[in-house]
Amino acid sequence: MITAESVPQLRRGVRLTFDHVRETHVLLYPEGVLVPNATATAVLELCDGVRSVADITAALSQRYSGVLAQDVLSVLSRLGERRVVAWT
Amino acid sequence: MDVSPPLGLLAELTHRCPLHCPYCSNPVELTARDAELSTQDWRAVLSQARELGVLQVHLSGGEPLARPDLPELVTHASGLGCYVNLVTSGLGLTAARLDDLAARGLAHVQLSAQGATRARADLLAGAKAFDRKLAAAAVVKASGLPLTLNVVLHRQNHDQLAGIIELAEQMGADRLELANTQYYGWALRNRAALMPTREQLAAAEPVVRAAVARLRGTMEIVYVVADYYEPFPKPCMHGWGARQLTVAPDGTVLPCPAASAISTLSLSNVRDTPLAEIWYGSESFNAYRGEEWMREPCRTCDRRTLDFGGCRCQAFLLTGDAAAADPVCSRSPHRDVVDLVLAAPGPPEMVMRR
Repeated sequence: MITAESVPQLRRGVRLTFDHVRETHVLLYPEGVLVPNATATAVLELCDGVRSVADITAALSQRYSGVLAQDVLSVLSRLGERRVVAWT
Repeated sequence: MDVSPPLGLLAELTHRCPLHCPYCSNPVELTARDAELSTQDWRAVLSQARELGVLQVHLSGGEPLARPDLPELVTHASGLGCYVNLVTSGLGLTAARLDDLAARGLAHVQLSAQGATRARADLLAGAKAFDRKLAAAAVVKASGLPLTLNVVLHRQNHDQLAGIIELAEQMGADRLELANTQYYGWALRNRAALMPTREQLAAAEPVVRAAVARLRGTMEIVYVVADYYEPFPKPCMHGWGARQLTVAPDGTVLPCPAASAISTLSLSNVRDTPLAEIWYGSESFNAYRGEEWMREPCRTCDRRTLDFGGCRCQAFLLTGDAAAADPVCSRSPHRDVVDLVLAAPGPPEMVMRR
């Protein structure tokens, strides 16, 4: 069960980087390449294997208004299903 | 038409290989060592590829560890911001070499295996390879890099499928690719001995399905179907000149790894033409891009945006016309060529790759 206390991190072998050719962030992993949207990128940049979903929500709230833990959880769940994010 | 930048580069650093697998997709006419690109050539290829948009670099062969400049090329590709994947037989992959490559930015290792038991695997590899692959897998796991085990399936190893899945689990693989043979190069030459039977494929289906369910979250399993038995062709390369390019050991740039087989195609080389010019402007990369080249039944087919007419190389190899529909397609007027192959099981003798 994934909750606000769960701690996400990029799955082993997954890298988040900026592609200056396409001028966008990209997720690189063994199977291929994903282009995360701005929201997913902001969330992924905070996935350090230490911060919980609640911590990430709090950090995002410092930068953006109206950030909800449920939305962050939903973004991370989808990334988990795509094998980008693992839960510790 | 609108051409997007490529995402992936398959860099075939060399055709030299310590294994002699009869299902190899390398061409029967292998490039000799003295015709291989130099280190400086490969560095330029990698730089140009990244500028062009390539994000994934698969260092392959042959056996890429046969190139003494592999560490330098890993450093270079990784430094450019590419995700670097080593595609290897595992022979020669010591802890010292792998740890060095990992420190240089290697992101992922894809290891091949030929069978589930030592006897069968060594027979199919034409070399004492099995124990060395176990050792290589252990080295990769110890390094912390993600490991994919790739096993090409065919008539001579389908019976070991369950054991192969167990082997991948024992190795601690993060991913397992179970790929039925695609018939190019040496594999095409040995097709009669390699083509699985309908019974083998039927037996494999529940084994793979059960393993996918059992290992979900632990090990991802990718199963590549035997296209000769399918009613519709594979979406080869996600379309010609759409996402990926291959550079062969001698610098020839290929829209599909098997494209050197299309003798009617004029191929470009990085020794004399910039990669971007080849990707966007060359005759070879534009020949089968989009849909303009299509004939019936592809041209008006409702599946043309799903499978792009299948594989151009397979169309050429089986019909003599690279613009024909992939003859595995049930709508192809040449499907009888494929049915004839399936109806006539061939002799089990194989020519081992040199």
